[in-house]
Amino acid sequence: MRRYSYGGPLFLPAFEIARNCPIPELLDKRLVIVTGKGGVGKTTVAVALGLRAAAEGKRTIVCEVSSQENASRMFDHTEVGFHEVEMEENLWSISIDPDESMREYVLLQLKVRAMRDILFRSRLFNYLAAATPGLKELVTIGKIWELAQLDRKVKKGRKYDLVIVDAPATGHGVGFLETPRTFANIARVGPIHSQAQTLDRFITDHENTGVAIVALPEEMPVNESAALEKDLHEQVGVAVDRIYLNGLYPERFTKPEAAKLEELAGGEDGSVRAAARAALSEQCRARSQRAQLARLRRRVEAPVKTLPFLFEPDLGPEAARRLAKRLS
Amino acid sequence: MPTLSDVLEGKEICICAGSGGVGKTTTSAAIATGMAARGLKVCVLTIDPAKRLADSLGLEELGNEARRVDPALFEKQGVEMKGELWAMMLDAKATFDELIARQAPDEESRDRVLENRIYQQISSALAGSQEYMAMEKLFELHTEGEFDLLVLDTPPTRNALDFLDAPKRLTQFIEGRSMKMFMKPTGLAAKVAGRGTSVVLGVLKRILGFDLLSDLAEFFNAFSGMVEGFQARAKRVDKLLADPGTCFLVVCGPQGEPVNEAVYFHRKLVEAKLPFGGVIVNKVHYPAEELGQGGEDLPAVLTEKLGDDDLARRVAANFSDYQALAERDARNIARLASELHTRGVIRVPYLDEDVHDLAGLAEINRYLFATGKERVAMAAGRA
Repeated sequence: MRRYSYGGPLFLPAFEIARNCPIPELLDKRLVIVTGKGGVGKTTVAVALGLRAAAEGKRTIVCEVSSQENASRMFDHTEVGFHEVEMEENLWSISIDPDESMREYVLLQLKVRAMRDILFRSRLFNYLAAATPGLKELVTIGKIWELAQLDRKVKKGRKYDLVIVDAPATGHGVGFLETPRTFANIARVGPIHSQAQTLDRFITDHENTGVAIVALPEEMPVNESAALEKDLHEQVGVAVDRIYLNGLYPERFTKPEAAKLEELAGGEDGSVRAAARAALSEQCRARSQRAQLARLRRRVEAPVKTLPFLFEPDLGPEAARRLAKRLS
Repeated sequence: MPTLSDVLEGKEICICAGSGGVGKTTTSAAIATGMAARGLKVCVLTIDPAKRLADSLGLEELGNEARRVDPALFEKQGVEMKGELWAMMLDAKATFDELIARQAPDEESRDRVLENRIYQQISSALAGSQEYMAMEKLFELHTEGEFDLLVLDTPPTRNALDFLDAPKRLTQFIEGRSMKMFMKPTGLAAKVAGRGTSVVLGVLKRILGFDLLSDLAEFFNAFSGMVEGFQARAKRVDKLLADPGTCFLVVCGPQGEPVNEAVYFHRKLVEAKLPFGGVIVNKVHYPAEELGQGGEDLPAVLTEKLGDDDLARRVAANFSDYQALAERDARNIARLASELHTRGVIRVPYLDEDVHDLAGLAEINRYLFATGKERVAMAAGRA
């Protein structure tokens, strides 16, 4: 059953086993970025990590940046919006809206009220804020940074031990995390320059910032995860701490059993035949998924941990709680 | 119930849209394959396909131009190619650079844009440029008229709708009033360069820094000669999308979230008066009753037939897990059909192997172009 489970010495050279003991632990960091291809379960994993950290007594906030509010929907909360809303004991959630972040940033920058009013009323400013490429991403990361500060810039801001980001899907993901450096380069001096530099240092500080990639045990997601790890390392300069291979089927049937089932699956119509076919499908998928798991392990540097496929209709907080127990 | 080939009859453009991870790339490739097999000259435009899919199509060295896929590859899979299948991978940055080169009034303005750091930002996937460029390439290929049908695999956007707005967003970006404020002789561009002293400018400089502001001003200035060309082009792209010769197919998965997205996307299509062609749901667990169900006591019969108590119990448990997923899928698909006012949901079953090679593509293609009844028979392993 657990032939290829995490840390198994089957085909890993010794140095990889050593590397598989991540220090410091992912949840002991201040910021954890959860990224990966679309549809692989990033939100579920981000929430599960949040639940796990909260259960360990860490005051944790899960940030969404796509304004889709998947996390709050998981908890059956109405939309949380740009507010820090408590989901459970020690667990908060926020949906980071770039326009609100921009506003907040300007408010923090300009202490003189008259100047702010001039700016907010200025069509030119509003236009620039909307049209400047990357500015939305920059202020979003700015807000994430702000949330992770023990000395919050926002008045009476709650102090968090851990900030978890449900990051945009791959492709946009690397661009998103690269934004601070790009701005730091474009604006050679001035406040944007120094702040972008601060953000870039924050993201690339491996002591305090961790990255987890979520993948599925299929050809494309495995390829993309390997490429993503490489891009994150080479382009952004962050090291990936962990790769969660999500949705792994259990190995329920052995090969000889499958051979037995083949006969039934070729038989006459009826639920026996349908059940035999379902069992053969399961066996086939479980096997090819393990081949993908092995491929992933060969192609990435970070330790790979598996999360089980949950055979249930809709993934709510209970499912996330069960996954949380499987995270380590 | 019309089949997919009926839906695509006479169409020149087919756009597959949906959220990430629902199998859009595979679906697009399978649709293109099916229509090429039926005698059309088809080109599929895709973005970052699975490496093995690309390899099997012979696309490994593909750049920003269409290549023909060897028909012999498909014949090995039992798909006879009466027409031609072409494929290309989009390179957003290269397409944008080409576009600038075409629209620029002279070489100097072209270089000024290409070298501007703000432009380099835009063109490398930061601000929806992938979406815009997918539209752009589609328009270009359609204008050239080399193909009977173009199939577009839309980029994996955070939001499936981004690409619809892309042409508009770019025109708004360059034709907005503030843009004009920038470009007139006394506008911001001039003020930035001439150390203007307006209050807004002072505040902006303080927030953004002088460098960023002057790069922006420079960018807008360099763009100014191209505004009209872009406007005209974006309008024609819009018109092409709304043309009856265009067909939008919504692709989704059977889970709650992808179905929500599909419903939302369909609503946006209707609002924008864009031609909706149908919906394809991938990775469906077909309900047991469709696959053939007897009334027998399953565990007992299984034990009898297998002669292994433990195995019989596990097969039954697995089947009940399968049925739970099948019921979920049926519920979500019923909701989808009612929201979209269609009975013609194309259900592609969750295949035993994940699809990333030509054999898988050929199998998906058979499901897509079958009638509803044929699909059930195939899923039940009877055909």
